[in-house]
Amino acid sequence: MTPHVHIRLTVNDEAIDVAFAPYKTLLEVLREDLNLCGTKHGCELGECGACAVILDDQPVLSCLVLGVECSERRVTTVEGLATDGRLHPLQQTFADLGAAQCGYCTPGFLVMAKALLDEHPHPTRDQIREALSGNLCRCTGYQQIFEAVEAAIVQPVTRPARATASTASARPVKARS
Amino acid sequence: MNIIGKPRRRVDARAKVTGQTKFADDIMLPRMLHCKLLRSSVPHARVVRVDASRAVAHPGVHLVLTGRDFPIPYGILPVSQDEHALATDRVRFVGDPVAAVIARDELTAFEALDLIDVEYEPLRTFADPLESLAHDEPRVHEYGDAGNIHKIVSLAFGDVDAAFARADHVFEDTFFYQGNTHLPIEQHAAVAALDPDGKLVLWSSTQTPHYVHRALAKTLALPAAHIRVIATPNGGGFGGKSDPFHHEVVVCKAAVLLDRPVKICLNREEVFYCHRGRHPVLMHFKTGVRNDGSITGLQVRTLLDGGAYGSYGVASTFYTGALQTVTYQIPAYRFQGCRVFTNKPPCGPKRGHGTPQSRFGQEIQLDKIAERLAIDPADLRLRIVEQPDTLTANYLRIGTIGLAECIRRVTDAADWRARFRRLPMGQGVGLACSSYLSGAGLPIYWNDMPHSGVQLKLDRSGGVTAFCGATEIGQGSDDVLVGCVAEVLGIDPMDVRAVTGDTDLTPVDLGSYSSRVTLMMGNAAIQAAERARDRLAEAVSKKLGVPAERLVFAERRVFDAEHPDTGVAFSEAVCLAEAMFGTIGTTGSYTPPRSAARFKGGGVGPSPTYSYSAAIVEVHVDAQTGWIDVPRVWIAHDIGRALNPPLVRGQVEGSVYMALGEALMEEQTFRRLPPRLSNALVHKYPSMLEYKSPTSLDMPEVFTELVEHPDPRGPFGAKEVGQGPLLPVMPAVANAVYDAIGVRIDEVPITPDKILKALDAKAAGKPARFGPSGFPDIAWPETLQVPPPWEGGDGHAINERERKSAGRTPATKVVPS
Repeated sequence: MTPHVHIRLTVNDEAIDVAFAPYKTLLEVLREDLNLCGTKHGCELGECGACAVILDDQPVLSCLVLGVECSERRVTTVEGLATDGRLHPLQQTFADLGAAQCGYCTPGFLVMAKALLDEHPHPTRDQIREALSGNLCRCTGYQQIFEAVEAAIVQPVTRPARATASTASARPVKARS
Repeated sequence: MNIIGKPRRRVDARAKVTGQTKFADDIMLPRMLHCKLLRSSVPHARVVRVDASRAVAHPGVHLVLTGRDFPIPYGILPVSQDEHALATDRVRFVGDPVAAVIARDELTAFEALDLIDVEYEPLRTFADPLESLAHDEPRVHEYGDAGNIHKIVSLAFGDVDAAFARADHVFEDTFFYQGNTHLPIEQHAAVAALDPDGKLVLWSSTQTPHYVHRALAKTLALPAAHIRVIATPNGGGFGGKSDPFHHEVVVCKAAVLLDRPVKICLNREEVFYCHRGRHPVLMHFKTGVRNDGSITGLQVRTLLDGGAYGSYGVASTFYTGALQTVTYQIPAYRFQGCRVFTNKPPCGPKRGHGTPQSRFGQEIQLDKIAERLAIDPADLRLRIVEQPDTLTANYLRIGTIGLAECIRRVTDAADWRARFRRLPMGQGVGLACSSYLSGAGLPIYWNDMPHSGVQLKLDRSGGVTAFCGATEIGQGSDDVLVGCVAEVLGIDPMDVRAVTGDTDLTPVDLGSYSSRVTLMMGNAAIQAAERARDRLAEAVSKKLGVPAERLVFAERRVFDAEHPDTGVAFSEAVCLAEAMFGTIGTTGSYTPPRSAARFKGGGVGPSPTYSYSAAIVEVHVDAQTGWIDVPRVWIAHDIGRALNPPLVRGQVEGSVYMALGEALMEEQTFRRLPPRLSNALVHKYPSMLEYKSPTSLDMPEVFTELVEHPDPRGPFGAKEVGQGPLLPVMPAVANAVYDAIGVRIDEVPITPDKILKALDAKAAGKPARFGPSGFPDIAWPETLQVPPPWEGGDGHAINERERKSAGRTPATKVVPS
């Protein structure tokens, strides 16, 4: 068996030590070594978007990133979207508006949509289309996904605050990186 | 109603948006091993020798299985038990599994595949149905109607030739529908293990756990009662996970032999080769019409490229001819269908199963007919839509029909009359209609038992558990189950736990295919819930001194309709009933009404009721490049009643999406490698990057209209929605392209190169068309003559008895043109 590499990284705001075979992708490390199976695979070649995660504020396809590249970096997966027991607004709107049918592509879409909203808090429909164009969904026809992303925009009260943004939030919202 | 018809978060939504839904590949068990399959690299050959000795010796390998381990064949249909989990003596397509390695991890298993030596003796390869028709030998299978014909059928309902003679015009057209595949984002995965009692458990991404259960009992020769199949939520199915699969049988065998959990997850390339998708179909439509647009008679001929195995192919063949009469009034009808074997991955059921191909042909031909008769295509269809409560020429019993309203709704919404034939050059709109089953009327294994069963367990807490074999493939079947139960019992959907798709725990439901789940499971759920409600009502009635029929179940209470303050909590009602009757559990079941058809082949097409759809597609076509842009689609669907409207809309929009993929880009096609590379027939692009499917940038705006006239046969009036709305979209695209630039593309996918070729033909004074040039001259068997109901028929074929007494159908001679 191949000797394992050992790294430390932050996954969903938790520092984690993990050892794994050096050829493993971040996708495999998340699913197989950290038991975070919310991140999915559909092709392992960067074609479908099901494995999207956020790596240091940037959305990436975890099937195209080697685990060893992630030492001392921050990873956010679908399991890290909810905070303090509350679903992320995108999770709420995806659930309420039919944006998740079989649910298999959903974690990838949620992560990409979160990255979009973190970058552009008020995207247009075209920006949403563009941002999600690397994620394939075979169930919905995308329309209810667009609507769910848009519905998450118009909820400033529950949108997660960004560290630098002043928000009108009445509720305390945990600042996320 | 408190729940039904109201937009509601589906019961499994939270699990899906938090990544907690456990798909098959998410199951990780202690001591679990991993399996990989060695697949044939040649398209058709005798397997002379499989030497796995080097693989067995490879470090980390626990077991290697070959065809010798799987002597018993299986298949989804009783008439085509033609598959082995691993090839015994023949391989029939590139991708046919030959051996399996079970190892400590996937990588080790993968490495060991290279150490298995297989000697093949190549056989003639059939790439195209015409080749299969031209050569009886070698036979791809030793069964079938003749040579390499798997199934050939000929049925007539009335005198079609006389109907053509009566017509003012007779139209003849040929069409080709290219094959395509389901492309679920989740690759097929399965985990098998022995439970602590030594009984076999399989978790699998399957749409049909009941049939997998049957196949495992047969092939593994184990008692069915000692096999448990659990359908994990499917990460998309679309028909592609409806067959029992090689990998499921293999991991079960390995788990039994090793007494360790064994997992397999197919890679994307393997999913393309598993296929069971849309049959490529060449078809010929001959239609007689009067000047007023009414149809005097219709003849449909289809030639299906079945690929290498039977799969659902016999049913697929009949489905290419079954539903034409369900949509429009057709007084005389002849259907002739032929499915041949080729050395390509087997075709099977994909969303719409066998009906999109002939729907494509019929709806384009109607567009041509409307133009010739100078009738608006919407008006033409309104004149000929089938009537409610009718028995069709081929003995399908129609219930409610909302098609005329669907047509009116989409034409109004799209401003059809102001736009059809009036848009600038390069822009166009096209219309098409369709119908579909709300569940197959007959089970795959014919018997008199229910098609769906639901069992309820009522708890003293007020919680209810609903057990049903139905399979959640994303369509929302768990939500339908919970919604129906909660509505009848007046509780919140979150008070109901759905336990589904588990052959040990749940009563049989035949599976998520043929758009059957909402109607059949829904009716079974309502029956079970009503039986529970009656028990509770009796106990509460006694307690409150209120007549049972005056009790209302709502808002987690059971109360007097006349004095709403007089009542008990639902949980107390359960306790009262339990004290009176003992443990409260009820069952419900659903069996479809008996079909009126009595002829051979009449088992395909009957359904408790049918859904209807109409679509208008707008296209912009660039005459320089042939590029087609679809900015908008209007679609109306006759759903009966939408149980949970956002889910229904999602099914409609998802159908439109998948249909546009089929119409414009998706192709499951193959190429021959050069002879020095074995002449193999390989998939042109078995990857998600190159198998083009629509992305978020390609998706048009979709305007969905739901036509809701509750159908008495459906649960709360509901009909199907998962498949029907796909059907009208492909022909509507083709008709819109014609409206935009005046060329007919009589095949899918409609790609820029075909547009340019048709424009070139038009410029050269040839027919402004791209499509197949003709239909081969097939020697059809003797036609079964079934007089339609209005000619005194009783559903039997008048010449079937003689045919039977003469033995099997004689070997059919086939003469390709």
